[in-house]
Amino acid sequence: MARQLMKGNEAVAEAAVRAGCRFFAGYPITPQSEVLEYLSKRMGEVGGTFLQSESELAGISMIYGAAACGFRAFTSSSGPGYSLMQEGISYIASAELPCLLLDVQRYGSGLGDIFIGQSDYWQCVKNGGHGDYRSIVYAPNSVQEIADLAVLGFEKAEEYRNPVTLLSDASISQMMEPVELPEMREHDPDQFDWALKGKGTGESKRHTSVMYYMSDYDTYIQSKYREIEGKEQRWESFQTEDAELVLVAYGISSRICAEAVALSRARGRRVGLIRPISLYPFPVKAFEPLPCVKAYLTVEMSKLAQMAEDVALASGMKHPIYTKTGGTALYDSAEVCGEIEAVLSGEAKEAF
Amino acid sequence: MLKTIPKACFIDNKYCPGCGHGIANRLVAEVLEEMGRDGDALAAIAVGCASLMPDTFGIDCVQAQHGRAAAVAVGMKRCRPDKLVFTYQGDGDALAIGFSETMYAAVRHENITVIFVNNGNFGMTGGQMAPTTLEGQRTTTSPRGRDVRTTGDPMNIMELLKPLDPAYLARGSMTSNAEILKTKKYIRTAFEAQERGVGYSFVEILSPCPTNWGLSAMDAVARIRAEVVPVYPLGEFVKKEGL
Repeated sequence: MARQLMKGNEAVAEAAVRAGCRFFAGYPITPQSEVLEYLSKRMGEVGGTFLQSESELAGISMIYGAAACGFRAFTSSSGPGYSLMQEGISYIASAELPCLLLDVQRYGSGLGDIFIGQSDYWQCVKNGGHGDYRSIVYAPNSVQEIADLAVLGFEKAEEYRNPVTLLSDASISQMMEPVELPEMREHDPDQFDWALKGKGTGESKRHTSVMYYMSDYDTYIQSKYREIEGKEQRWESFQTEDAELVLVAYGISSRICAEAVALSRARGRRVGLIRPISLYPFPVKAFEPLPCVKAYLTVEMSKLAQMAEDVALASGMKHPIYTKTGGTALYDSAEVCGEIEAVLSGEAKEAF
Repeated sequence: MLKTIPKACFIDNKYCPGCGHGIANRLVAEVLEEMGRDGDALAAIAVGCASLMPDTFGIDCVQAQHGRAAAVAVGMKRCRPDKLVFTYQGDGDALAIGFSETMYAAVRHENITVIFVNNGNFGMTGGQMAPTTLEGQRTTTSPRGRDVRTTGDPMNIMELLKPLDPAYLARGSMTSNAEILKTKKYIRTAFEAQERGVGYSFVEILSPCPTNWGLSAMDAVARIRAEVVPVYPLGEFVKKEGL
């Protein structure tokens, strides 16, 4: 299929439809509103349901009901709205139902602001909701990748019967780039023996916390997430083989860092980049084959260096970890290069 | 009239002695079976005393979050419009924490049925004040009696839903065999409204909570007749043409 120019928000919406998603419920919030706007038109064309819910609380609850029926269900939001969804996400995870979620990050706590940020890492990756569960979290760094990960997201959500979150940001979701959209496919909600469709003449089914009906739930839930952690790590490594300083960045920051690595390499610096694609499970395997590494530099657009904690854990704290952080002020590749120089010259102060 | 226990009530319920939920569960199960629809009905079950239902009520169901049953039901109904989809909720669930979801399902004319059990308090958590608690009624969080100057008036949901153009609104009780049969008829009409695609239907059932009211089962029923019905009158409030 030919490539076309699309905005990230529209590409992810179209990719979800092509993956067989026929139910979307959501609420307007910048910078993700184009997802709603696009699907308000598109769902009708494919016989699906678009529903503008009265709140994100209601929206995620509608997703819960649709997912329980075996449908590919999708909702999207940003920071404050994503916070409101946490109750429902915990319920969906506890009932072991699949769904696709999208958080287009803006910056800040509270109302925050609508500009680019990566300050929802802790909430999305570490669980904003209550209890023992994880959402599989993917961090796209291009319009193409957010479309691809929407399809993969539904597949993994069903494979593990678990929510999958796409953690985007205002730049990936608002920018236009060429994208090759996935093929249109049909999804049969009745393929699942757990899908609610009325008990017929058989036994009734119930979707609630699976904990109630398992003799050894503790072992089960632990092994479920251990399996995901073992099998589902995704990342890309650039020029890490001989790198003494390895940058770690996801989403839009990884593109800035890729440029910074190229610029620093031109100056003869031995730097590389690990780009986590899955944030849960965090790609700890990416940190194993780094024979020359002496330090890490995490680069993320939040002032509190949220992902840096996972880098510290993944690297086993064997080398110092430096952080380049954003916040209300953004950085460009030149500033990241400056930070690289500061680390290499010993001027920077390590965080871990 | 059904003489045998409906199949959906496949095991004894777990409610307190004298609780009205057992009767309400049974009525819903009887209606679905008599309509021949128990095999393709889907329920969104509330949090509260209703959350005992997934263990004892044999209808395909989702245990919704507290207050969100109407939204969960909407997700199911929009995906499977040919199924009979209903919520089963108490007063704390539907009118306190879930007020927005309850009202907006009606605002959008969602073609679902709400079975709403009003026992005037939060039963599961030990009898705290609910939106439906009567003026002056003592509960564990209104120990001197409900003071409407600070807590607002008892919520008459029929009056709030009426202007939203629902298909069917009715309030029944279970204070006598005759009232129970009338309530069953309301439930049937509500499901028929959905079956015919007429729109949103809502049945409120005044129900005794002897445990938290501190009354015997019989006294609890007598209290409904004497104190609750005058505030929450019985009958059909909206019945669209053809129902």
